[in-house]
Amino acid sequence: MLEVKIHNLVLNNPVMTASGTFGYGLEFADFIDLSRLGGIVVKGTTGERRQGNPYPRMVETPSGMLNSVGLQNVGVGRFCSEVYPKIKDLKTNVIVNVSGSSIDEYCDVASQIDALDNIPAIELNISCPNVKCGGMGFGTSPDMAAQVVGAVRKVYHKTLIVKLSPNVTSIAEIAKAVEGAGADSVSLINTLLGMAIDIERRRPFMANVTGGLSGPAVKPVAVRMVWQVAHAVKIPVVGLGGICTAEDAIEFMMAGATAIEVGTANFIDPAVTVKIIDGMEQWCKKHGVNDINEIIGII
Amino acid sequence: MKQVTDFIIEEREQRGAQYFTLTLRHPSQMQKIVPGQFVEVRVDGCREVMLRRPISVHDVDEERGTLKLLIQIVGRGTRRLAQLGVGERLNLVYPLGNGFDLGVSEGSRVLLVGGGAGSAPLYHLAKELSHRGVRPTILIGGRNAGLIPVRDEFEQFGDLCIATDDGSLGHRGLVTEHPCFAASYDRIYTCGPTPMMKAVAQSALQRGIECYVSLENMMACGVGACLCCVVDTDEGHLCVCKEGPVFNAEKLKKLWNL
Repeated sequence: MLEVKIHNLVLNNPVMTASGTFGYGLEFADFIDLSRLGGIVVKGTTGERRQGNPYPRMVETPSGMLNSVGLQNVGVGRFCSEVYPKIKDLKTNVIVNVSGSSIDEYCDVASQIDALDNIPAIELNISCPNVKCGGMGFGTSPDMAAQVVGAVRKVYHKTLIVKLSPNVTSIAEIAKAVEGAGADSVSLINTLLGMAIDIERRRPFMANVTGGLSGPAVKPVAVRMVWQVAHAVKIPVVGLGGICTAEDAIEFMMAGATAIEVGTANFIDPAVTVKIIDGMEQWCKKHGVNDINEIIGII
Repeated sequence: MKQVTDFIIEEREQRGAQYFTLTLRHPSQMQKIVPGQFVEVRVDGCREVMLRRPISVHDVDEERGTLKLLIQIVGRGTRRLAQLGVGERLNLVYPLGNGFDLGVSEGSRVLLVGGGAGSAPLYHLAKELSHRGVRPTILIGGRNAGLIPVRDEFEQFGDLCIATDDGSLGHRGLVTEHPCFAASYDRIYTCGPTPMMKAVAQSALQRGIECYVSLENMMACGVGACLCCVVDTDEGHLCVCKEGPVFNAEKLKKLWNL
């Protein structure tokens, strides 16, 4: 009833976890049966180990939060040797979010992940707002986005999802460019660039000054962008941005998402993903929907 | 094993203007909680508060299946929690983080140094130490008598010493100026404001005393997934929620110039 397909990737249900909000999945193993998830998108991985940004890195804002973690991760080498053995047998689609500061770095990481048998897809992150070099720089111009996706496409042979930034004038243009360069799917939205000031101390809350906004506050923006992109490209769209409930997930699917990712909501309820899956099934039963694919992009 | 559970508020006690305690009962079988671990509390009914609030565990009664939180009212989230009453439910993710290292032999000379809400986990620790045959010295500091939320209860587990900035209770001055601080110890545990913990750790390391500090930070996930609550240790950025909240002061040498 809930099975969907992203290119060659078969998902038991459309619910995946968003990169950077679910660690490597194991952090949540006490709370939910990870095999129930459609997929887990693990922490953004770069060529070398990164310490990320200075702190404070996070501040709560109305119905959301800003973060400027800045891709802290162990690097692709240690990911392959230390992390992969621990997660390779999880009975779900484990997808690696791939990031970099140069086209060479993206290609290097993608090709090393390509060699891992139990990683069926990558999510190419050309939209991190919190790093100075690369990241969002690649995702805000159609030419640059096409260049990096085209280069990765040559070295990566499995399902290639490209994660898009909402911090652009026309996200549909970027989506078309990466589709043309060989992406199998696009996921959106990454966080919206924001800022918050501590007026008592008269300085920004975060050491990095700006950060990425996530949580329910961004949901209407994300739904609008998913709808725009779904009408602009033929490849499947993965929707994310503020999803907390099954109803939110259904809304994204009606807007054109084939699958969805849950991010910030994991912090509020570590078992929320399973509740969303159960809720979607109930919604389908209640509304006589035999196959969730029937509702994708009906708007 | 970590859990998400609706606890029931069994008792609420105000402790001065800034602090209150909540005794929470587990609906069935409570998970084991070790001293120094914390819970993430969901704050319902407050539009501006989305994220859970990390609160250290003050006391545990395994037999009755209850835990106690000592909460300082500091912002919107804790202000809302202060309005909760007996019988209401409170959703917790627990137990989180690493507790205090309890590797001390019977009869060891142990000092606990707490400030403000930082004395909360030290109570649970003192209780556990006393079960293990260690009678610690407990040194509690605050700006004035009204800002010391836990005191007499400590006496059943160890020797209580108090220092206040204004001398309204106990020794006048900082905890590090209290005569008992200069005595010789095998180990020091501390939890409280950063400048206090830094001064305690500095002195401990200079005197060659093993020192454990319990850090506080704003958190999102509480389980080491989001990497928002890191601290710059000698081993790089570590999450206060997962690799802490208790750290051996040796790991903070660079950060605190120890």
